Amino acid sequence: MVEKYKCQYGSGLDAQTYLGQNYFTVDRSLIPDFLRLLRDEEQFDYCVDLTAAHYPKREKQFDVFWILYSFARNERIRVKTQIADGESLPSSFSIWPTTDWLEREAYDMFGIKFDGHPGLKRILLPDGWKGHPLRKDYDILRQDKEWVQINLGIESGQ
Amino acid sequence: MIDQKTPDRKTSDDHALPNAVPSLTSNLDLEAPDKPYLDSNEIILNMGPQHPATHGVLRVILKLDGEKVMGTECVIGYLHRGVEKIAENRTYTMFNPYVDRMDYCAAVSNGLGYCEAVERLMNVEAPPRAQYIRVILTELQRLASHQLWLGTHALDIGAMTPLFYTFRDREEILKIFEKYCGARLTTHAFRIGGCQYEIYPGFEKDVKNFLAFAPPKIDEYETLLTSNRIWLERTKNVGVISAKDAIALGVTGPVLRASGVKWDIRKAVPYANYSKFDFEIPVGTNGDTYDRYLVRMAEMRQSLRIIEQAVNGIPEGPIMAKVPKLIKPPVGEIYHSIEAPKGELGYFIVSDGSTQPYRLRVRPPSFVNLQALDLMVRGALVADAVAVIGTFDIVLGEVDR
Repeated sequence: MVEKYKCQYGSGLDAQTYLGQNYFTVDRSLIPDFLRLLRDEEQFDYCVDLTAAHYPKREKQFDVFWILYSFARNERIRVKTQIADGESLPSSFSIWPTTDWLEREAYDMFGIKFDGHPGLKRILLPDGWKGHPLRKDYDILRQDKEWVQINLGIESGQ
Repeated sequence: MIDQKTPDRKTSDDHALPNAVPSLTSNLDLEAPDKPYLDSNEIILNMGPQHPATHGVLRVILKLDGEKVMGTECVIGYLHRGVEKIAENRTYTMFNPYVDRMDYCAAVSNGLGYCEAVERLMNVEAPPRAQYIRVILTELQRLASHQLWLGTHALDIGAMTPLFYTFRDREEILKIFEKYCGARLTTHAFRIGGCQYEIYPGFEKDVKNFLAFAPPKIDEYETLLTSNRIWLERTKNVGVISAKDAIALGVTGPVLRASGVKWDIRKAVPYANYSKFDFEIPVGTNGDTYDRYLVRMAEMRQSLRIIEQAVNGIPEGPIMAKVPKLIKPPVGEIYHSIEAPKGELGYFIVSDGSTQPYRLRVRPPSFVNLQALDLMVRGALVADAVAVIGTFDIVLGEVDR
């Protein structure tokens, strides 16, 4: 499987293994097509999780991960891509409907936008909140003071 | 003195709603002969967050046509504590107690998943004796979690007695936890590399007593519910989800198995030492609320089977692997998941080689399962929505993190 896709996509795709877990590092431009291919051709019919990590010092600040599982092959893989701040990704909602809330969470926590998502809005934080708390430049004690004052009527939420 | 004015008697014209307010009967066309006189109108009903049947602070906005649910929207986040952000600011050891507070009805399972994930990242393995202790406690926790679910789920549907039965019996499990580690709910029972505490004298006897005590009690719950006419009416063909939809929506755990998918991480991707034990994966056929009830009842019995095999085979030896005092996993990333009572509980950890996780992601089963609510209650009645919320076995501490 790895060889096949390496031939097909060339330098846009790289396959690695760490601690017995396989993952693909793919170029952002391959994203909706490669994920769809994994579901249709390779039977990865269950999207376990979608998440991200923030590296503020890098040029492409975000790593986005899809953790996939195939019931037929009993195999778990990860797909990883890098995007810059402000860049958006195509939504995988049409491939796995389960990514609906997962993408909303990634948007809420990191501010990553997903094009084509049916209703991309905050999920865990209140709608009017400013900032994306899982970014590394968001301090753990920081909060949206304005929101807290308006909605809770107190100076500090701590 | 209160000015007691007699209210003006309204003429029939005053009953007409002012133009500014959208008329409830604006769609009504009295001229059309085939339309019924009382046309239905959709209304929005807010349920929660402070509602006894939402198992915490879940808010569901229901779109209703009479008594029929046309659509739902979940509003979550009321219990958000930023667990993943906290993890980035704590060492691996310091974060361990926090995971107990996510699914506080199954704290032991959370701890097992976290400890194993970090162990895998560090390439250490807990010694066999610790593995056995872990399995016994985790399976006891699964039983306790299912008992808590059964009591509250039955209470939502209107059967009050099972609540008292299950809480009475769950107490026996909590007593074992208390004797083992001093805590009943947020146990913090395991450490990275094994277990902190050796089993207390008489632990095996307590567990064996429980093994004799529990099966007749499970039978007792079944006599109350399994062929109860009201229970059948309220749960059969309610909240049906097909296997295909369940997989597409990422639903796991008993909810997926009730739809007929024979998949359990304990068998599919064995962790701890589950591959050593003999047990079945109960599955349902219809994917309705009743099947999910049956699957969980059967799972309780399977858990007892695992505990019985484990308690009779605890080997001698150390309970902690050789783990450095300061945990510093090498640079890399790992995804490790376990079969928690609610479904697949995963931990995705990115390490940068320091003492704190660079990124720690929790894949909570309740959060993902809850997405299926909309599909499962469409076309059902409001009372069924309550039954379906109960059947997921959600814990809001885990949904919101």
